Amino acid sequence: MRHEQVETNSALMLLLILAVISVGGLVEIVPLFSINETIEKVDGVRPNTPLELRGRDIYIREGCYLCHSQMIRPFRDEWLRYGHYSLAAESQYDHPFQWGSKRTGPDLARVGGKYSNQWHVQHMKAPRSVVPQSIMPNYPWLLTTDLDYSSVADRMRALRVTGVPYSLTQQEYDANVKRFGPAVADQLDINKAEDNLLKEARDKNFDGIPGQVTEMDAMVAYLQSLGTMVDFTKYDEGYFATFR
Amino acid sequence: MAQSSALPAEQYNFDIVRRFMIVAMVYGVLGMAVGLYIACELAWPFLNFDIPAITFGRLRPVHTSLVIFGFGGSALFATSYYIVQRTCQARLAFPWLAEFTFWGWTAGVALGVLTYMAGFSQGKEYAEFEWPLDIAITLVWVCYILVYVETVRRRSQPHIYVANWFFLAFLLAVALLHIFNNLAVPVSLVKSYSLFAGVQDAMTQWWYGHNAVGFFLTAAFLGMMYYFVPKQAGRPVYSYRLSIIHFWALIFLYMWAGGHHLHWTALPDWVSTLSATFSVLLLMPSWGGMINGIMTLSGAWDKLRSDPIMLFLITSLSFYGMSTFEGPLMSLKSVNALSHYTDWTIGHVHSGALGWVALVSFGSFYHLMPRLYETRMYSQTLIYVHFWLATIGIVLYITSMWIAGIGQGLMLRSFDDYGNLAYTFIETVEFMHTPYIWRALGGAFFVAGALVMVYNMVMTARAARTERAALEAKLAAKLAKA
Repeated sequence: MRHEQVETNSALMLLLILAVISVGGLVEIVPLFSINETIEKVDGVRPNTPLELRGRDIYIREGCYLCHSQMIRPFRDEWLRYGHYSLAAESQYDHPFQWGSKRTGPDLARVGGKYSNQWHVQHMKAPRSVVPQSIMPNYPWLLTTDLDYSSVADRMRALRVTGVPYSLTQQEYDANVKRFGPAVADQLDINKAEDNLLKEARDKNFDGIPGQVTEMDAMVAYLQSLGTMVDFTKYDEGYFATFR
Repeated sequence: MAQSSALPAEQYNFDIVRRFMIVAMVYGVLGMAVGLYIACELAWPFLNFDIPAITFGRLRPVHTSLVIFGFGGSALFATSYYIVQRTCQARLAFPWLAEFTFWGWTAGVALGVLTYMAGFSQGKEYAEFEWPLDIAITLVWVCYILVYVETVRRRSQPHIYVANWFFLAFLLAVALLHIFNNLAVPVSLVKSYSLFAGVQDAMTQWWYGHNAVGFFLTAAFLGMMYYFVPKQAGRPVYSYRLSIIHFWALIFLYMWAGGHHLHWTALPDWVSTLSATFSVLLLMPSWGGMINGIMTLSGAWDKLRSDPIMLFLITSLSFYGMSTFEGPLMSLKSVNALSHYTDWTIGHVHSGALGWVALVSFGSFYHLMPRLYETRMYSQTLIYVHFWLATIGIVLYITSMWIAGIGQGLMLRSFDDYGNLAYTFIETVEFMHTPYIWRALGGAFFVAGALVMVYNMVMTARAARTERAALEAKLAAKLAKA
């Protein structure tokens, strides 16, 4: 076919362009949904609790992902600084993914459990009061804004549509008990979402203010959950490499 | 051919071109000013002022959306509507739809950035608009395609000019990318969750993200280049054959390259390797475009001495060549291990965005101004002033980001004699303070240049109005006498 035919026929040109630009995505994205090794077989990864989920929403609202990654690479310096490299399995319930693309601040993929709740609260209220050279903005309003949890069940319902195993029916709940154990399955029950959220916030009192559920409660709950779900001592060295 | 005797301004719809050009400059100056402000926030964090709407995390998408979609997008609407009419010698089809694309696009961008400041975001870079806006944008885009394709179909000559190939590819690719990357399940009007999760979401996002660069900021701007460079130089495109080869190669290869944003992540190695391979291959069609553009000037190199618009266009192509060399370099896994997550990426983006996209748009607008307003530019000197302000700004910007990025990358991976990490993370943040100030200074130069251009454009438009009024008065006097 001479190019003259293409450049004198707009329909043909559009058709050819469409064909040419479709190939890359078809070859590189579609198989990611069907190849089994894409996501590692590993125990422990569960969807967020209602409180963590609201924290994650706030994390996205404030654009935290623009300065903090959640993706540790398999390098020695990252291993020493942050811990085991991130698995695909660890973000399998993340809609959208929050791997990030820039580390203006440190990676947060395994920040859970590294600092106390109190430290997080102080750090978010006034980062330079704990890290003098920090350039992070202050987030004092997280501590003064009551958490809006009225929509948490709706949010879980939407995530359920995308495939996150939050349960609505008894059958789904039973499946979750089998898969995650009864304690986690209770947290994933959409019918109990609000009660679970309030209970977690009150029991653990992340923000240090008793009796009040603030956005800080949700945020710290989320941060403290990051990277803590997989017990890496249970797996042989090299096991995860077989999936790469 | 009864039409051909009419003046171009009457034969074609230039009104919409003018308006898109003005909107592009307004959004451009705003977006660049926001960029400058957030650059200052990184150097002096007190500038966040504890006000949620202006913290870095919320303003950053305001900056990227204003410059990419507000400035870049409107510049593409303006120039593509101009080019398609001139090269097809046909008036813009469906004037009502075209009008809708103007209002839809302008309002969409404005609404979008306001919603970011209110905290509504999908949480995917460069695709932060929430779902109702995504749907509205899709609608505008479909109308854009209809107007453009129908105008091409109504062309009064058999061949579709090369600039239009690039615009057609851009129109289709952006539709494809936008739709698939924004698939989401809504919770409310202002909140949704991406349909995909984790690794699949990441790959879809960077397939989108990289091709937003590839098609929005490259292919379409090459379309712009293919019209304005030959026009301004008064010479035909250097090689017709090269334009065919590099067009098809470019649009094919770009779509494979997105995975290089995810090297060493939980993305499977096969995708990452494939993406790196195609990214390296991409150097060839990219440089094909650069060579075709720059060599168009062969035999007329002296224009660089006498024509500041030519300076803009050729410098933009040089930056295009530079950043499309740097890109494949950074897509190599070994280089990426150092550069990823650092400011090197930010510098790379800006050498493309400021050096290529903004400069080629400025050059094209300077070419358009006198033609759209039927007068001469108010000041040639100010075009030179703008050129140097912009160029110095870009050089300051990218060198400071090389220093910040490569410096941070090297610090993070260095060990002391005992095998411990040599630096804590916060020490790298401290190190970047000085380059951040230089970067902000570079940004200030660039914004200053854009303001000079706005002043020059306003004065030109004003002069055009007085000239027109004088002409009309003269005509009226003549008629009265007769």
